[in-house]
Amino acid sequence: MPSPGYRREMPQRYRLEAARCKKCGKLFFPPRLVCAGCGSKEFDKTKLSETGTILSHTVIRVAPADFATQVPYAIAIVESDNGVRLTTQVVDCKPEDLEIGKKVKFIFRKLYEEGHTGIICYGYKAVLV
Amino acid sequence: MREVAVVGCGMTKFGELWEKSLRDIFVEAALKAIDDAGVDHIDSMYVGAMTPGLFVGQEHIGVLMADYLGMAPIPAMRVESACCSSGMALRLGLFEISSGYSDIVLVGGVEKMNDGADATYALATAADQEYEVYQGVTFPGLYALIARAHMHRYGTTREQLAAVSVKNHHNGAMNPNAQFQREVTLEQVMNATLVADPLTVLDSSPVSDGAACVVLTSVDFAKQLKVPSVKILGSGAATDTLALHNREDITTLKAVKLSGKAAYKMAGIKPSDIDVAEVHDCFSIAEICIIEELGFTQKGKGGPFTEQGNTALEGKIPVNPSGGLKSKGHPVGATGIAQVVEVVEQLRGNAGKRQVKNAKIGLTQNMGGSGGSSVVHIFTTT
Repeated sequence: MPSPGYRREMPQRYRLEAARCKKCGKLFFPPRLVCAGCGSKEFDKTKLSETGTILSHTVIRVAPADFATQVPYAIAIVESDNGVRLTTQVVDCKPEDLEIGKKVKFIFRKLYEEGHTGIICYGYKAVLV
Repeated sequence: MREVAVVGCGMTKFGELWEKSLRDIFVEAALKAIDDAGVDHIDSMYVGAMTPGLFVGQEHIGVLMADYLGMAPIPAMRVESACCSSGMALRLGLFEISSGYSDIVLVGGVEKMNDGADATYALATAADQEYEVYQGVTFPGLYALIARAHMHRYGTTREQLAAVSVKNHHNGAMNPNAQFQREVTLEQVMNATLVADPLTVLDSSPVSDGAACVVLTSVDFAKQLKVPSVKILGSGAATDTLALHNREDITTLKAVKLSGKAAYKMAGIKPSDIDVAEVHDCFSIAEICIIEELGFTQKGKGGPFTEQGNTALEGKIPVNPSGGLKSKGHPVGATGIAQVVEVVEQLRGNAGKRQVKNAKIGLTQNMGGSGGSSVVHIFTTT
Protein backbone atom coordinates (compact mmCIF):
# COMPACT_ATOMS: atom_id res chain seq x y z
CA MET A 1 0.00 0.00 0.00
CA PRO A 2 1.21 3.55 -0.58
CA SER A 3 3.50 4.75 2.22
CA PRO A 4 1.46 7.60 3.78
CA GLY A 5 -1.36 5.15 4.52
CA TYR A 6 1.10 2.58 5.81
CA ARG A 7 2.79 5.06 8.17
CA ARG A 8 -0.54 6.17 9.67
CA GLU A 9 -1.46 2.60 10.57
CA MET A 10 1.88 1.80 12.27
CA PRO A 11 0.72 2.43 15.89
CA GLN A 12 -1.98 -0.19 15.40
CA ARG A 13 0.03 -2.67 13.36
CA TYR A 14 3.24 -2.44 15.38
CA ARG A 15 1.95 -1.74 18.91
CA LEU A 16 -1.76 -2.74 18.95
CA GLU A 17 -2.68 0.79 20.06
CA ALA A 18 -6.41 1.08 20.74
CA ALA A 19 -8.83 3.62 22.25
CA ARG A 20 -11.37 3.33 25.05
CA CYS A 21 -14.47 5.57 25.13
CA LYS A 22 -14.34 7.79 28.23
CA LYS A 23 -18.12 7.76 28.58
CA CYS A 24 -19.20 4.14 28.06
CA GLY A 25 -15.92 2.23 28.23
CA LYS A 26 -16.25 0.50 24.83
CA LEU A 27 -12.88 -0.43 23.34
CA PHE A 28 -12.00 0.27 19.69
CA PHE A 29 -9.24 -1.14 17.51
CA PRO A 30 -8.35 0.82 15.49
CA PRO A 31 -9.21 4.03 17.37
CA ARG A 32 -12.10 6.06 16.01
CA LEU A 33 -13.39 9.62 16.10
CA VAL A 34 -16.87 8.69 17.35
CA CYS A 35 -17.88 5.94 19.76
CA ALA A 36 -20.18 3.49 17.97
CA GLY A 37 -21.67 2.62 21.35
CA CYS A 38 -22.69 6.01 22.78
CA GLY A 39 -21.69 8.68 20.23
CA SER A 40 -19.11 10.31 22.51
CA LYS A 41 -16.00 11.86 20.91
CA GLU A 42 -13.63 11.49 23.90
CA PHE A 43 -11.30 8.55 24.20
CA ASP A 44 -8.39 7.31 26.32
CA LYS A 45 -5.39 5.78 24.54
CA THR A 46 -4.80 2.17 25.47
CA LYS A 47 -3.50 -1.09 24.01
CA LEU A 48 -5.02 -4.44 23.09
CA SER A 49 -4.25 -7.45 25.23
CA GLU A 50 -1.52 -9.52 23.55
CA THR A 51 -3.39 -12.79 24.05
CA GLY A 52 -6.75 -14.04 22.79
CA THR A 53 -8.98 -16.93 21.75
CA ILE A 54 -9.82 -18.29 18.28
CA LEU A 55 -13.48 -17.68 17.33
CA SER A 56 -13.23 -19.08 13.81
CA HIS A 57 -10.51 -20.06 11.35
CA THR A 58 -9.88 -21.04 7.74
CA VAL A 59 -7.01 -21.84 5.39
CA ILE A 60 -6.52 -19.52 2.43
CA ARG A 61 -5.60 -21.58 -0.64
CA VAL A 62 -6.22 -18.98 -3.35
CA ALA A 63 -4.58 -15.76 -2.30
CA PRO A 64 -4.35 -12.20 -3.55
CA ALA A 65 -1.20 -11.41 -5.58
CA ASP A 66 0.80 -10.00 -2.63
CA PHE A 67 0.29 -13.18 -0.57
CA ALA A 68 0.51 -15.73 -3.39
CA THR A 69 3.85 -17.20 -2.27
CA GLN A 70 2.56 -17.85 1.27
CA VAL A 71 -0.30 -20.19 0.26
CA PRO A 72 -1.67 -22.14 2.07
CA TYR A 73 -1.88 -20.03 5.20
CA ALA A 74 -4.25 -19.99 8.15
CA ILE A 75 -6.42 -16.99 9.03
CA ALA A 76 -8.48 -16.66 12.19
CA ILE A 77 -10.84 -14.24 13.86
CA VAL A 78 -9.35 -13.85 17.33
CA GLU A 79 -11.04 -12.26 20.32
CA SER A 80 -8.32 -10.56 22.37
CA ASP A 81 -8.63 -10.94 26.13
CA ASN A 82 -9.96 -7.40 26.46
CA GLY A 83 -12.88 -8.18 24.14
CA VAL A 84 -11.89 -6.60 20.81
CA ARG A 85 -11.75 -8.95 17.85
CA LEU A 86 -9.42 -8.92 14.93
CA THR A 87 -8.60 -10.87 11.78
CA THR A 88 -5.09 -12.28 11.66
CA GLN A 89 -2.89 -15.00 10.18
CA VAL A 90 -1.94 -17.79 12.58
CA VAL A 91 1.59 -18.97 11.88
CA ASP A 92 4.33 -21.35 13.08
CA CYS A 93 1.87 -24.25 13.16
CA LYS A 94 0.07 -26.62 10.80
CA PRO A 95 -3.26 -25.15 9.63
CA GLU A 96 -4.95 -28.37 10.82
CA ASP A 97 -3.85 -27.54 14.42
CA LEU A 98 -6.31 -24.65 14.68
CA GLU A 99 -9.52 -25.15 16.63
CA ILE A 100 -12.24 -22.82 17.80
CA GLY A 101 -11.47 -22.01 21.44
CA LYS A 102 -7.68 -22.41 21.30
CA LYS A 103 -5.53 -19.67 22.83
CA VAL A 104 -3.14 -17.53 20.80
CA LYS A 105 -0.78 -14.62 21.37
CA PHE A 106 -0.04 -11.75 18.96
CA ILE A 107 3.48 -11.26 17.60
CA PHE A 108 5.20 -8.80 15.28
CA ARG A 109 5.86 -10.22 11.83
CA LYS A 110 6.40 -9.31 8.18
CA LEU A 111 3.11 -9.47 6.26
CA TYR A 112 4.24 -9.08 2.65
CA GLU A 113 6.42 -7.12 0.20
CA GLU A 114 4.97 -4.74 -2.33
CA GLY A 115 6.39 -6.25 -5.50
CA HIS A 116 10.02 -5.60 -6.47
CA THR A 117 10.21 -1.92 -5.67
CA GLY A 118 7.66 -1.31 -2.94
CA ILE A 119 7.98 -1.28 0.83
CA ILE A 120 8.09 -4.27 3.17
CA CYS A 121 4.85 -4.36 5.16
CA TYR A 122 4.85 -5.45 8.81
CA GLY A 123 2.17 -6.01 11.40
CA TYR A 124 0.65 -8.51 13.82
CA LYS A 125 0.15 -12.22 13.38
CA ALA A 126 -0.78 -14.84 15.98
CA VAL A 127 0.80 -18.05 17.24
CA LEU A 128 -0.77 -20.84 19.29
CA VAL A 129 0.18 -20.86 22.97
CA MET B 1 -46.43 8.60 -1.82
CA ARG B 2 -47.50 6.86 -5.06
CA GLU B 3 -47.33 3.11 -5.52
CA VAL B 4 -44.61 1.99 -7.92
CA ALA B 5 -44.63 -0.75 -10.53
CA VAL B 6 -42.00 -2.58 -12.56
CA VAL B 7 -43.32 -2.39 -16.14
CA GLY B 8 -40.39 -3.76 -18.12
CA CYS B 9 -37.33 -5.90 -17.54
CA GLY B 10 -34.39 -7.23 -19.50
CA MET B 11 -30.98 -8.79 -19.01
CA THR B 12 -28.03 -10.07 -21.00
CA LYS B 13 -26.78 -13.61 -20.71
CA PHE B 14 -24.35 -13.80 -17.75
CA GLY B 15 -20.95 -15.36 -18.28
CA GLU B 16 -17.71 -14.67 -20.16
CA LEU B 17 -18.89 -12.11 -22.72
CA TRP B 18 -15.63 -11.56 -24.61
CA GLU B 19 -17.26 -9.90 -27.60
CA LYS B 20 -19.14 -7.25 -25.61
CA SER B 21 -17.86 -4.24 -23.69
CA LEU B 22 -19.16 -2.65 -20.47
CA ARG B 23 -21.20 -0.13 -22.44
CA ASP B 24 -22.46 -2.79 -24.92
CA ILE B 25 -23.93 -5.02 -22.23
CA PHE B 26 -25.67 -2.25 -20.30
CA VAL B 27 -27.22 -0.84 -23.47
CA GLU B 28 -28.36 -4.33 -24.51
CA ALA B 29 -30.13 -4.92 -21.18
CA ALA B 30 -31.61 -1.41 -21.08
CA LEU B 31 -33.03 -1.63 -24.60
CA LYS B 32 -34.66 -4.97 -23.75
CA ALA B 33 -36.26 -3.48 -20.62
CA ILE B 34 -37.48 -0.34 -22.42
CA ASP B 35 -38.90 -2.42 -25.27
CA ASP B 36 -40.59 -4.73 -22.76
CA ALA B 37 -42.16 -1.70 -21.04
CA GLY B 38 -43.32 -0.04 -24.23
CA VAL B 39 -42.36 3.44 -22.99
CA ASP B 40 -41.16 6.07 -25.43
CA HIS B 41 -38.89 8.02 -23.09
CA ILE B 42 -37.13 7.84 -19.69
CA ASP B 43 -37.06 10.66 -17.10
CA SER B 44 -33.92 9.57 -15.22
CA MET B 45 -31.67 6.59 -14.65
CA TYR B 46 -29.65 4.86 -11.97
CA VAL B 47 -26.80 2.49 -12.86
CA GLY B 48 -25.54 0.11 -10.19
CA ALA B 49 -21.93 -1.11 -10.52
CA MET B 50 -19.43 -2.07 -7.84
CA THR B 51 -16.18 -0.94 -9.43
CA PRO B 52 -16.04 -0.34 -13.16
CA GLY B 53 -13.02 1.83 -12.32
CA LEU B 54 -10.97 -1.12 -11.10
CA PHE B 55 -12.35 -3.65 -13.59
CA VAL B 56 -12.08 -1.58 -16.79
CA GLY B 57 -10.74 1.82 -15.74
CA GLN B 58 -14.12 3.51 -16.30
CA GLU B 59 -15.95 5.67 -13.76
CA HIS B 60 -18.72 8.20 -14.45
CA ILE B 61 -20.82 5.41 -15.92
CA GLY B 62 -24.21 7.03 -15.26
CA VAL B 63 -23.16 9.53 -17.89
CA LEU B 64 -21.60 6.88 -20.14
CA MET B 65 -24.78 4.83 -20.26
CA ALA B 66 -27.12 7.81 -20.72
CA ASP B 67 -24.88 8.92 -23.57
CA TYR B 68 -24.72 5.51 -25.24
CA LEU B 69 -28.46 5.04 -24.90
CA GLY B 70 -28.90 8.35 -26.70
CA MET B 71 -30.65 9.68 -23.63
CA ALA B 72 -28.51 12.60 -22.56
CA PRO B 73 -29.47 15.11 -21.06
CA ILE B 74 -31.59 13.11 -18.59
CA PRO B 75 -30.15 12.88 -15.05
CA ALA B 76 -28.13 9.69 -14.53
CA MET B 77 -25.91 8.46 -11.74
CA ARG B 78 -23.95 5.43 -10.69
CA VAL B 79 -24.89 3.79 -7.40
CA GLU B 80 -22.41 1.78 -5.35
CA SER B 81 -22.79 -0.58 -2.41
CA ALA B 82 -20.33 -3.32 -3.41
CA CYS B 83 -22.30 -6.42 -4.48
CA CYS B 84 -25.66 -4.82 -3.69
CA SER B 85 -25.10 -1.76 -5.86
CA SER B 86 -28.09 -2.38 -8.13
CA GLY B 87 -30.39 -3.52 -5.32
CA MET B 88 -29.73 -0.14 -3.72
CA ALA B 89 -30.22 1.55 -7.12
CA LEU B 90 -33.74 0.09 -7.25
CA ARG B 91 -34.48 1.79 -3.94
CA LEU B 92 -33.50 5.16 -5.36
CA GLY B 93 -35.70 4.64 -8.44
CA LEU B 94 -38.56 3.64 -6.13
CA PHE B 95 -38.17 6.85 -4.10
CA GLU B 96 -37.99 9.03 -7.22
CA ILE B 97 -41.26 7.68 -8.63
CA SER B 98 -43.16 7.33 -5.38
CA SER B 99 -42.32 10.91 -4.39
CA GLY B 100 -43.83 12.11 -7.63
CA TYR B 101 -40.58 13.67 -8.83
CA SER B 102 -40.38 11.50 -11.99
CA ASP B 103 -42.79 9.28 -13.92
CA ILE B 104 -40.50 6.81 -15.73
CA VAL B 105 -37.15 5.71 -14.28
CA LEU B 106 -34.67 3.19 -15.69
CA VAL B 107 -32.74 1.25 -13.03
CA GLY B 108 -30.01 -1.16 -14.01
CA GLY B 109 -26.81 -2.82 -12.98
CA VAL B 110 -23.71 -3.93 -14.82
CA GLU B 111 -20.26 -5.39 -14.23
CA LYS B 112 -17.51 -6.35 -16.69
CA MET B 113 -15.19 -8.53 -14.62
CA ASN B 114 -13.40 -10.51 -17.34
CA ASP B 115 -11.41 -7.81 -19.15
CA GLY B 116 -8.12 -8.77 -17.47
CA ALA B 117 -8.41 -6.96 -14.14
CA ASP B 118 -7.25 -8.60 -10.90
CA ALA B 119 -10.75 -9.60 -9.81
CA THR B 120 -9.63 -10.82 -6.36
CA TYR B 121 -8.07 -7.41 -5.69
CA ALA B 122 -11.11 -5.51 -7.02
CA LEU B 123 -13.59 -7.57 -5.00
CA ALA B 124 -11.50 -7.18 -1.84
CA THR B 125 -12.26 -3.45 -1.83
CA ALA B 126 -15.65 -4.44 -0.36
CA ALA B 127 -13.88 -5.59 2.81
CA ASP B 128 -11.94 -3.56 5.41
CA GLN B 129 -8.74 -2.63 3.53
CA GLU B 130 -6.62 -1.89 6.59
CA TYR B 131 -7.78 -4.59 8.99
CA GLU B 132 -8.99 -7.48 6.84
CA VAL B 133 -7.36 -7.28 3.39
CA TYR B 134 -4.00 -6.12 4.79
CA GLN B 135 -3.93 -9.29 6.89
CA GLY B 136 -4.24 -11.51 3.79
CA VAL B 137 -7.88 -12.59 4.03
CA THR B 138 -9.94 -12.97 0.85
CA PHE B 139 -13.70 -12.98 0.29
CA PRO B 140 -13.94 -16.77 0.21
CA GLY B 141 -11.87 -16.60 3.42
CA LEU B 142 -14.37 -14.29 5.13
CA TYR B 143 -17.30 -16.53 4.22
CA ALA B 144 -15.29 -19.60 5.24
CA LEU B 145 -14.86 -18.00 8.68
CA ILE B 146 -18.66 -17.56 8.85
CA ALA B 147 -19.18 -21.16 7.67
CA ARG B 148 -16.84 -22.68 10.22
CA ALA B 149 -18.42 -20.73 13.09
CA HIS B 150 -21.95 -21.65 11.88
CA MET B 151 -20.98 -25.33 11.61
CA HIS B 152 -19.42 -25.27 15.08
CA ARG B 153 -22.36 -23.52 16.76
CA TYR B 154 -25.35 -25.09 14.96
CA GLY B 155 -24.01 -28.36 13.59
CA THR B 156 -24.44 -27.30 9.95
CA THR B 157 -22.71 -29.96 7.84
CA ARG B 158 -20.48 -29.91 4.78
CA GLU B 159 -23.26 -31.79 2.90
CA GLN B 160 -25.81 -29.10 3.77
CA LEU B 161 -23.56 -26.38 2.34
CA ALA B 162 -23.18 -28.45 -0.84
CA ALA B 163 -26.96 -28.91 -1.07
CA VAL B 164 -27.28 -25.17 -1.77
CA SER B 165 -25.01 -25.39 -4.82
CA VAL B 166 -26.68 -28.57 -6.07
CA LYS B 167 -30.14 -26.94 -5.88
CA ASN B 168 -28.98 -23.73 -7.53
CA HIS B 169 -27.25 -25.55 -10.39
CA HIS B 170 -30.37 -27.64 -10.90
CA ASN B 171 -32.39 -24.42 -11.33
CA GLY B 172 -29.74 -22.67 -13.40
CA ALA B 173 -29.68 -25.58 -15.83
CA MET B 174 -33.17 -24.43 -16.85
CA ASN B 175 -32.20 -20.76 -17.23
CA PRO B 176 -31.05 -19.79 -20.74
CA ASN B 177 -29.32 -16.68 -19.32
CA ALA B 178 -27.32 -18.60 -16.72
CA GLN B 179 -23.51 -18.74 -16.86
CA PHE B 180 -23.52 -22.44 -15.91
CA GLN B 181 -26.37 -24.50 -17.29
CA ARG B 182 -25.38 -27.87 -15.87
CA GLU B 183 -26.16 -29.88 -12.78
CA VAL B 184 -23.60 -30.70 -10.10
CA THR B 185 -23.68 -33.45 -7.45
CA LEU B 186 -23.03 -33.22 -3.70
CA GLU B 187 -19.79 -35.19 -4.20
CA GLN B 188 -18.57 -32.87 -6.93
CA VAL B 189 -19.17 -29.83 -4.72
CA MET B 190 -17.50 -31.32 -1.64
CA ASN B 191 -14.50 -32.71 -3.58
CA ALA B 192 -13.86 -29.66 -5.75
CA THR B 193 -10.68 -27.61 -5.24
CA LEU B 194 -10.59 -25.90 -1.86
CA VAL B 195 -10.53 -22.11 -2.01
CA ALA B 196 -10.70 -21.36 1.75
CA ASP B 197 -11.42 -24.30 4.04
CA PRO B 198 -14.14 -25.58 4.15
CA LEU B 199 -15.37 -23.81 0.99
CA THR B 200 -14.53 -25.21 -2.44
CA VAL B 201 -14.71 -23.54 -5.83
CA LEU B 202 -18.20 -25.09 -6.24
CA ASP B 203 -19.40 -23.34 -3.07
CA SER B 204 -18.40 -20.02 -4.63
CA SER B 205 -20.16 -17.83 -7.17
CA PRO B 206 -18.11 -17.20 -10.33
CA VAL B 207 -16.50 -14.15 -11.90
CA SER B 208 -18.92 -12.94 -14.59
CA ASP B 209 -19.90 -10.26 -17.10
CA GLY B 210 -23.51 -9.16 -17.40
CA ALA B 211 -26.15 -6.46 -17.12
CA ALA B 212 -29.81 -6.26 -16.10
CA CYS B 213 -32.37 -3.42 -16.21
CA VAL B 214 -35.91 -2.63 -15.17
CA VAL B 215 -38.25 0.26 -15.98
CA LEU B 216 -40.27 1.73 -13.10
CA THR B 217 -43.42 3.85 -13.29
CA SER B 218 -46.28 4.65 -10.95
CA VAL B 219 -48.97 1.96 -10.69
CA ASP B 220 -51.47 4.36 -12.35
CA PHE B 221 -49.13 4.99 -15.29
CA ALA B 222 -48.57 1.23 -15.58
CA LYS B 223 -52.30 0.72 -16.09
CA GLN B 224 -52.16 3.01 -19.13
CA LEU B 225 -49.26 1.06 -20.60
CA LYS B 226 -51.23 -2.19 -20.70
CA VAL B 227 -48.18 -4.38 -20.03
CA PRO B 228 -48.04 -7.07 -17.34
CA SER B 229 -46.66 -5.13 -14.42
CA VAL B 230 -45.62 -6.03 -10.92
CA LYS B 231 -46.03 -3.73 -7.91
CA ILE B 232 -43.28 -2.98 -5.38
CA LEU B 233 -44.87 -3.57 -1.97
CA GLY B 234 -41.90 -3.00 0.28
CA SER B 235 -38.27 -1.92 0.45
CA GLY B 236 -35.82 -2.20 3.33
CA ALA B 237 -32.09 -1.60 3.65
CA ALA B 238 -29.57 -1.75 6.49
CA THR B 239 -25.89 -1.61 7.32
CA ASP B 240 -23.73 -3.57 9.76
CA THR B 241 -20.03 -3.22 10.66
CA LEU B 242 -17.77 -3.40 7.62
CA ALA B 243 -15.26 -5.83 9.12
CA LEU B 244 -16.62 -9.31 9.80
CA HIS B 245 -14.70 -9.52 13.08
CA ASN B 246 -16.60 -6.49 14.45
CA ARG B 247 -20.03 -8.06 14.03
CA GLU B 248 -22.02 -8.67 17.20
CA ASP B 249 -22.10 -12.38 16.26
CA ILE B 250 -20.14 -13.67 13.28
CA THR B 251 -22.81 -16.26 12.41
CA THR B 252 -25.56 -13.61 12.17
CA LEU B 253 -26.06 -11.34 9.17
CA LYS B 254 -27.81 -8.57 11.07
CA ALA B 255 -28.11 -6.26 8.05
CA VAL B 256 -30.05 -8.99 6.25
CA LYS B 257 -32.38 -9.45 9.19
CA LEU B 258 -33.03 -5.71 9.62
CA SER B 259 -33.45 -4.98 5.90
CA GLY B 260 -35.88 -7.90 5.71
CA LYS B 261 -37.85 -6.68 8.72
CA ALA B 262 -38.14 -3.17 7.27
CA ALA B 263 -39.37 -4.51 3.93
CA TYR B 264 -41.89 -6.89 5.54
CA LYS B 265 -43.17 -4.01 7.67
CA MET B 266 -43.60 -1.65 4.71
CA ALA B 267 -45.32 -4.41 2.72
CA GLY B 268 -47.52 -5.41 5.66
CA ILE B 269 -46.67 -9.12 5.26
CA LYS B 270 -44.85 -11.96 7.06
CA PRO B 271 -42.06 -14.26 5.84
CA SER B 272 -44.58 -17.09 5.41
CA ASP B 273 -46.45 -14.96 2.82
CA ILE B 274 -43.51 -15.07 0.40
CA ASP B 275 -44.07 -17.45 -2.55
CA VAL B 276 -40.65 -17.12 -4.22
CA ALA B 277 -37.34 -15.50 -3.28
CA GLU B 278 -34.06 -14.57 -4.96
CA VAL B 279 -31.30 -14.20 -2.37
CA HIS B 280 -27.58 -13.44 -2.37
CA ASP B 281 -25.81 -16.81 -2.48
CA CYS B 282 -22.33 -15.40 -3.14
CA PHE B 283 -21.17 -18.52 -1.27
CA SER B 284 -23.25 -21.53 -0.22
CA ILE B 285 -23.05 -20.57 3.48
CA ALA B 286 -24.52 -17.14 2.63
CA GLU B 287 -27.80 -18.65 1.41
CA ILE B 288 -28.03 -20.76 4.58
CA CYS B 289 -27.58 -17.71 6.83
CA ILE B 290 -29.87 -15.51 4.70
CA ILE B 291 -32.89 -17.84 4.80
CA GLU B 292 -32.54 -17.83 8.59
CA GLU B 293 -32.32 -14.04 8.81
CA LEU B 294 -35.29 -13.55 6.45
CA GLY B 295 -37.44 -15.75 8.71
CA PHE B 296 -37.97 -18.63 6.24
CA THR B 297 -36.60 -20.95 8.91
CA GLN B 298 -35.23 -20.61 12.44
CA LYS B 299 -31.76 -19.37 13.33
CA GLY B 300 -29.30 -22.22 12.96
CA LYS B 301 -31.66 -24.43 10.91
CA GLY B 302 -30.78 -23.16 7.43
CA GLY B 303 -28.67 -26.28 6.71
CA PRO B 304 -31.28 -28.96 7.44
CA PHE B 305 -34.05 -26.79 5.95
CA THR B 306 -32.16 -26.72 2.64
CA GLU B 307 -31.14 -30.39 2.79
CA GLN B 308 -34.78 -31.40 3.24
CA GLY B 309 -35.73 -29.69 -0.03
CA ASN B 310 -37.76 -26.82 1.43
CA THR B 311 -36.06 -24.25 -0.80
CA ALA B 312 -36.30 -26.30 -4.02
CA LEU B 313 -38.59 -25.19 -6.87
CA GLU B 314 -41.37 -27.46 -5.61
CA GLY B 315 -40.57 -26.80 -1.95
CA LYS B 316 -42.21 -24.78 0.78
CA ILE B 317 -40.34 -21.56 -0.16
CA PRO B 318 -38.51 -21.77 -3.50
CA VAL B 319 -35.22 -19.87 -3.19
CA ASN B 320 -33.14 -18.84 -6.22
CA PRO B 321 -35.22 -20.36 -9.03
CA SER B 322 -32.91 -18.47 -11.44
CA GLY B 323 -29.96 -20.58 -10.34
CA GLY B 324 -28.81 -17.94 -7.87
CA LEU B 325 -25.45 -16.23 -8.02
CA LYS B 326 -23.75 -19.63 -8.07
CA SER B 327 -25.18 -20.94 -11.31
CA LYS B 328 -26.65 -17.86 -13.03
CA GLY B 329 -23.46 -15.89 -12.42
CA HIS B 330 -22.49 -12.88 -10.32
CA PRO B 331 -21.45 -9.81 -12.32
CA VAL B 332 -21.45 -7.98 -9.01
CA GLY B 333 -23.18 -4.72 -9.85
CA ALA B 334 -25.77 -6.42 -12.04
CA THR B 335 -26.92 -9.06 -9.55
CA GLY B 336 -29.47 -6.95 -7.64
CA ILE B 337 -31.53 -6.08 -10.70
CA ALA B 338 -31.09 -9.56 -12.20
CA GLN B 339 -32.78 -10.90 -9.06
CA VAL B 340 -35.64 -8.43 -9.68
CA VAL B 341 -35.92 -9.58 -13.32
CA GLU B 342 -36.34 -13.19 -12.15
CA VAL B 343 -38.98 -12.35 -9.53
CA VAL B 344 -40.89 -10.13 -11.99
CA GLU B 345 -40.92 -12.93 -14.59
CA GLN B 346 -42.00 -15.44 -11.93
CA LEU B 347 -44.90 -13.20 -10.87
CA ARG B 348 -45.87 -12.64 -14.53
CA GLY B 349 -45.90 -16.41 -15.10
CA ASN B 350 -43.09 -16.13 -17.67
CA ALA B 351 -40.43 -18.29 -16.03
CA GLY B 352 -40.83 -21.32 -18.29
CA LYS B 353 -39.42 -24.53 -16.86
CA ARG B 354 -38.39 -22.68 -13.67
CA GLN B 355 -41.93 -21.38 -13.01
CA VAL B 356 -42.97 -21.50 -9.36
CA LYS B 357 -46.69 -22.35 -9.34
CA ASN B 358 -49.07 -19.59 -8.21
CA ALA B 359 -46.31 -17.15 -7.36
CA LYS B 360 -48.08 -13.98 -6.18
CA ILE B 361 -45.62 -12.40 -3.73
CA GLY B 362 -41.87 -12.41 -4.38
CA LEU B 363 -38.82 -11.18 -2.51
CA THR B 364 -35.32 -10.15 -3.58
CA GLN B 365 -32.41 -9.83 -1.16
CA ASN B 366 -29.08 -8.37 -2.30
CA MET B 367 -26.02 -8.02 -0.05
CA GLY B 368 -22.68 -6.23 -0.08
CA GLY B 369 -19.31 -7.57 1.05
CA SER B 370 -19.39 -9.96 3.97
CA GLY B 371 -22.84 -8.69 4.95
CA GLY B 372 -22.06 -5.05 5.66
CA SER B 373 -25.02 -3.91 3.58
CA SER B 374 -28.29 -5.55 2.59
CA VAL B 375 -31.36 -4.46 0.66
CA VAL B 376 -34.67 -6.31 0.36
CA HIS B 377 -37.59 -5.65 -1.98
CA ILE B 378 -41.00 -7.29 -2.00
CA PHE B 379 -43.14 -7.50 -5.12
CA THR B 380 -46.68 -8.59 -5.87
CA THR B 381 -48.85 -9.17 -8.91
CA THR B 382 -51.09 -6.19 -9.69
